[in-house]
Amino acid sequence: MEISLRDIKHKKNLTGLGHQIIRGWQNYVLMAPFLLFFLLFTFLPVIISIVYSFTYYNILTPPKFIGWNNYLTMLLDDDVFLIALRNTFLFVLVTGPISYILCFLFAWLINDLGRRIRAFVIVIFYAPVLSGTAYTIWLFIFSPDSYGFINGYLMKFGFLKEPIGWLTDPNYALAVVIFVQLWLSLGTGFLAFIAGLQGVDRGLYEAGMIDGIRNRFQEVWYITIPAMKPQLLFGAVMQIVVSFSVADVSIRLAGFPSSQYSAETIVTHIMDYGMIRYEMGYACALATFIFVLMVLSYKLVGLLLNRIGH
Amino acid sequence: MRIALKFNLGASNKNTAFRSRKYVRSIGGNIIVTLILLLTGIFLALPLVYGILSAFKPFDEIFLFPPRFFVTRPTFDNFTDLINLCSNLWVPFSRYLFNSVFVTVTATVFQVLFASMCAYPLAKNEFPGKNTIFTVIVFSLMFVPQVTFLPQYIIIAKFGLIDTYAALIVPSIGAALGVFLMKQFIEQMPTSVVEAARIDGSREFGIFFRIIMPNVKPAWLTLIIFTFQGVWNNPSTQQFIFSENLRTLPAVMQVIVTGNIMARMGVGAAASVFLMIPPILLFIFLLSKVVETMAFAAIKE
Repeated sequence: MEISLRDIKHKKNLTGLGHQIIRGWQNYVLMAPFLLFFLLFTFLPVIISIVYSFTYYNILTPPKFIGWNNYLTMLLDDDVFLIALRNTFLFVLVTGPISYILCFLFAWLINDLGRRIRAFVIVIFYAPVLSGTAYTIWLFIFSPDSYGFINGYLMKFGFLKEPIGWLTDPNYALAVVIFVQLWLSLGTGFLAFIAGLQGVDRGLYEAGMIDGIRNRFQEVWYITIPAMKPQLLFGAVMQIVVSFSVADVSIRLAGFPSSQYSAETIVTHIMDYGMIRYEMGYACALATFIFVLMVLSYKLVGLLLNRIGH
Repeated sequence: MRIALKFNLGASNKNTAFRSRKYVRSIGGNIIVTLILLLTGIFLALPLVYGILSAFKPFDEIFLFPPRFFVTRPTFDNFTDLINLCSNLWVPFSRYLFNSVFVTVTATVFQVLFASMCAYPLAKNEFPGKNTIFTVIVFSLMFVPQVTFLPQYIIIAKFGLIDTYAALIVPSIGAALGVFLMKQFIEQMPTSVVEAARIDGSREFGIFFRIIMPNVKPAWLTLIIFTFQGVWNNPSTQQFIFSENLRTLPAVMQVIVTGNIMARMGVGAAASVFLMIPPILLFIFLLSKVVETMAFAAIKE
């Protein structure tokens, strides 16, 4: 093919940034509707919140700039924050990986069953999430008086003399809330994984069989997981976000505040300062802090996922 | 030589056809899998079943000691009480129902449409700003709504949208989750079809509607389920409205459920059950389509 001097000059002109933007105009058109709503109602509030974190803002009077004070108070002066931080880490470390791996395992196990059974099992698994606030049912089960299910049966069989205050006793409250959160969290990632497993190209399995893969474990590790990397990343991000933002479950079950702050998480702490004490600046600082934590976790998980399948 | 583990969870049958991969499992493997699924299923479903059963319990059975799981004399009393309660409210029940359905459906439709439209270029095309935009979208997921609700309120107020239907619908459309989910799914699709279409002269919009969307059906069906469930069960947009006749049913019901006084325990249980129904119905309806097998038979890389 002959390339003339004119072609080279012409081509050079069309790779500038401006031209790239113009040539990709259709992309921007496609993205525009969403981006409009997103920028206005999601992105802008986030930026404003970050700005607020550097102010003292009690919602009633205009915010007053105080620099890093909120952050200093948070890290050096706030005992409840440290409790909340520890609890949140426990949530993340316990419900995060466990739930994630379980979700994937179950999605994988279910994937091969017959259509009817599969549909039925999926409904059961997603039911806790679907039911909205029905997890308050656990309140009855763990009720601190002898009417509670667990207390009732334990006492009936003689394991217990007096009812245990599962949710009111600082020693047990956190464990119970973690347990319920685990129950709730099996749903979301699970659905994404199921849909993702459906999308794996069947041809890859065939190729694998020919190449000598002999059992399901190898198949999962070498074919399924790498083919599902985008979904795995999605599931991981969801898990991170959900684990770090546990709050409603804790409030409904263990009270607000929980006895001796035993079930306090960072987000309940935020709600405490933001909505009750009207110290929005401090609340925003807390929110920015866990934002940073989440971003770091995200990077970490991204690194881990890149090494899968090797 | 094939080494079969004793509790072999499944070994491939080499002569299977393209679509049906039948796995030969040892009996041990079968038993283990069934057991695991059964136990987990019970663990997950039990509290809900208990809740549903409680809704049918007459008043005296709710407070038994030791607490009984099954209901001996099922009754619809709680539900009739609930209906009576609702019809004594300021605003007619049907209005709440209409509000909820309207808001949830609108929000879901637009969110899924716009999010998918945005996700496709991010997944398959190259253009300036692509990585930045996507990173911003993902990061915005990580800022808790308990704090962003305040600036959101201010922004909605500045647009004069407080106390309108828009206030209930619009924040959900700008949510980042949808784009993230769709982008990951679209990324998984083989690019060759897209490229073929582009060579054939199709515009991006056409590619989007005719090629991408049909092929990532499980993805947007899942997104519909997520979004519907999220908007339906999430009362936090209610703080942007004041008029009672704009409120949605789930919000009202949730007030009943959480404001439980002893006397209303049964009604609370009935309300919970009632609230669960629409998302579950939608879920079951769409489910059969989500687990459809994908046909990538046209692609041979």
